[in-house]
Amino acid sequence: MTDAISVSGLVKSFGRTRALDGLDLTVQTGEVHGFLGPNGAGKSTTIRVLLGLLKADAGEVSLLGGDPWRDVATLHRRIAYVPGDVTLWPNLSGGEVIDLLGRLRGGQDAKRKAELLKRFELDPRKKGRAYSKGNRQKVALIAALASDAELLILDEPTSGLDPLMEEVFQRCVQEERDSGRTVLLSSHILSEVEALCDRVSIIRKGRTVESGSLADLRHLTRTSISVELANPPNGLADLPGVHNAKIEGRRVSLEVDTPKLDGVLARLTEAGVRSLISRPPTLEELFLRHYEDETAAAE
Amino acid sequence: MNALAGTGLLTKLAFRRDRVAVPFWIYLFAVTAIGTAYSSRAAFDTLHKRVDFAASVNKNPSMLALYGPVQDAASVGSVSLWKVGGVASAFVGVVALLLTVRHTRGDEESGRLELVSAGVVGRYAALTAGLITVVTTNLVLAVLVTIGLVALGLPAAGSIAFALGWFAVGLVFAAVAAVTAQLTTTSRTASGLAIAFLGLCYLIRAGGDAGGHDGPTWLLWLSPFGWVSHLRPYAGDDWWVLLIPVVFSAVCVAAAFALVGRRDIGAGLLPDRLGPAEAGAGLAGPLGLAWRLQRGSLLAWAAGFVVYGAAIGGVTANVEDMVGGKSGRDVLEKLGGGQAMVDAFTNVAMSLMALFASAYAVQAVLRLRSEETGRLAEPILATKVGRAGWAAGHVLFAVVGPAVLMALEGVIVGLVHGLRSHDLGGQFPRIFWSAIVQLPAVWVLAGITVALFGLAPRLAAAAWGLLGLFLLLGELGPLLKLKQWAMDLSPYTHVPKLPGAPMRTMPVVGLVVVAGLLTAAGLAGFRRRDLS
Ligand SMILES: Nc1ncnc2c1ncn2[C@@H]1O[C@H](COP(=O)(O)OP(=O)(O)OP(=O)(O)O)[C@@H](O)[C@H]1O
Ligand SMILES: [Mg+2]
Repeated sequence: MTDAISVSGLVKSFGRTRALDGLDLTVQTGEVHGFLGPNGAGKSTTIRVLLGLLKADAGEVSLLGGDPWRDVATLHRRIAYVPGDVTLWPNLSGGEVIDLLGRLRGGQDAKRKAELLKRFELDPRKKGRAYSKGNRQKVALIAALASDAELLILDEPTSGLDPLMEEVFQRCVQEERDSGRTVLLSSHILSEVEALCDRVSIIRKGRTVESGSLADLRHLTRTSISVELANPPNGLADLPGVHNAKIEGRRVSLEVDTPKLDGVLARLTEAGVRSLISRPPTLEELFLRHYEDETAAAE
Repeated sequence: MNALAGTGLLTKLAFRRDRVAVPFWIYLFAVTAIGTAYSSRAAFDTLHKRVDFAASVNKNPSMLALYGPVQDAASVGSVSLWKVGGVASAFVGVVALLLTVRHTRGDEESGRLELVSAGVVGRYAALTAGLITVVTTNLVLAVLVTIGLVALGLPAAGSIAFALGWFAVGLVFAAVAAVTAQLTTTSRTASGLAIAFLGLCYLIRAGGDAGGHDGPTWLLWLSPFGWVSHLRPYAGDDWWVLLIPVVFSAVCVAAAFALVGRRDIGAGLLPDRLGPAEAGAGLAGPLGLAWRLQRGSLLAWAAGFVVYGAAIGGVTANVEDMVGGKSGRDVLEKLGGGQAMVDAFTNVAMSLMALFASAYAVQAVLRLRSEETGRLAEPILATKVGRAGWAAGHVLFAVVGPAVLMALEGVIVGLVHGLRSHDLGGQFPRIFWSAIVQLPAVWVLAGITVALFGLAPRLAAAAWGLLGLFLLLGELGPLLKLKQWAMDLSPYTHVPKLPGAPMRTMPVVGLVVVAGLLTAAGLAGFRRRDLS
């Protein structure tokens, strides 16, 4: 099967700002792909190139086997898009916008729409101005989820949703995946990414810095270990892959690069393990590492 | 927190955001006043000419309705500034109210206000800053106009009175807009309400003036434009009249502040009504959406054209009696009798309506830009709708809308005048075609706006400036005796002067071709550029 989205070496500049600087992104058909990166990293810009709203300066972009700039009309029938900051026409009601977008995409499922309205608890009769931010977001979400598009492109779709609605959203996306649709999900909410995504790409300053399944990525990070030993350890802190080791007599806490876990455990066993708590790396730690490098680099 | 905190900051911000537009408007209005005075001074250099002119104007209901009377034939200033005192002051009011709404409700609607309100900005700061911006703009205009008119050698007192008249109009409509901006949640509706009020005030003034001394002159006391005409610049200078607009504005501003105190940020006072839960069958494509977004303004313009058409049609027959004095009748004979006068008047009226229709066209095209910058184009363009299809929906309104407006104008004026002069069969087609023949020039303006939108989107609003320049060229060009090539820059120069002059096909075809090319270039440019 071909990939739903494949981008390589994508470059896009706005005047003197280089928003995308050789970005790579591959989304396989049928997966939910997380798209992460600090503010201003270039997520929305990438998405707008994918939608044919911006013209790439350089690089290869293929979307559902076509060229997003050239094959607009044919590709867009197969895509549904939710922008990060939804604005609505002040004098159109939410229900009208949902129907309009559905018709412009080439059809929506009326039953599914009614069900989504109920699940998201949205009053479709209100006019655009009268909706709160979260409710505006719901209008765009329902329009996208009720369409029969094979690829959903969601740019921070849950910014503004309350936790209850966030849960409804997550269940909906899981249903979409189960019915075989592909989802590109840009998000800052890590629990959401962890719950939904098969694979993620992390970008920074317009470049992809990490890409793979969550398990792969975990592998790249550190496991935290707190241990009580029978005898004081020796040379533990100097082992390859060990970070932030704190050794107080026989109590030790440290972080280990996950691939180096073996060697460290062997050394610990030598000293005799009384008790051991190990914590797998959280995604937060993974992301923070990438995000923090950003701030460190900027300083 | 002090309710006015941050006013200075917001005022500075407003001037920064308008650093091009405000000087442009000041310049345009100042040039209009000073340029007209300069060129008319030569045209009316003898008392005899002035008295003749004043007599002809003051006898003609349509001129009286449009511009008001010439108040003192003996005074050069009064005669020279007669025309700008009437129509241009309405535009001063329009700009004042648009600026006010932009810096109050406009900022609030876009969320900009919320952003700054979170800082050290008091509840009344935005309204105060908006009003300061507009009043300062009008004050600068008044000072420049006074200096210019005095420099031309006109009496200082009258020049100050004239400039203060404009200032008072600006003040009144800024104050009115301050109130409407509190009532509605969108700046479009707020400006619409204020413009409707301005139109009503203009009509009341027109009604009060149209009958001359025997008409219902008491109506003048009900309209800001009437108050200002009682100021009588260069013709007595009744300063006390200025108290009325000042008090009226103070009351409006006080009401606006009271309303701000009583409502939430982002909310209006007129409740938002509920809409339908599902879209009707018509809302199914880019054209259906454009219709929903544009129909309100088209209907409002159409209503204005109908009212205006009825008024013009009603007075066209009187034009034959208009020319006063012996010299006037000589001119009339030379021109070819009464029908020639009617024809000339019809042509002037239709050229003016063509300018209004062009304003509609520019506004209809600029909706594309406001949809784009308001991030409302993006969700549509992410569907199967292509760029050209989306843009075409709105451009269609700029093409068909003016045609509807001018056709309405032609039908109404033709019917009313035809019936009044008991010659429907003879008059109707002459008048109808004189309205229709204006369209190609209107479409050129639409084309220019589309071209700017597609090729230089940041400059799209400059279409208004071009419209203003063409207006100025048409009004002042002949008086300043500009070279023909300069006059030819304006599309309106090329419109055959029907019904009096013969129809010439070439210029009309030329205008249509230019309009088509500009539109095509704009659409092609839009398909190639990034969406912002
Ligand atoms: N139209 C534009 N003109 C100029 N610069 C732009 C434009 N659009 C984006 N940029 C710049 O490109 C860079 C990437 O922006 P982008 O919106 O893609 O970031 P993002 O990853 O979506 O960030 P966020 O998480 O805040 O949404 C930023 O530096 C931004 O300022
Ligand atoms: Mg973004």
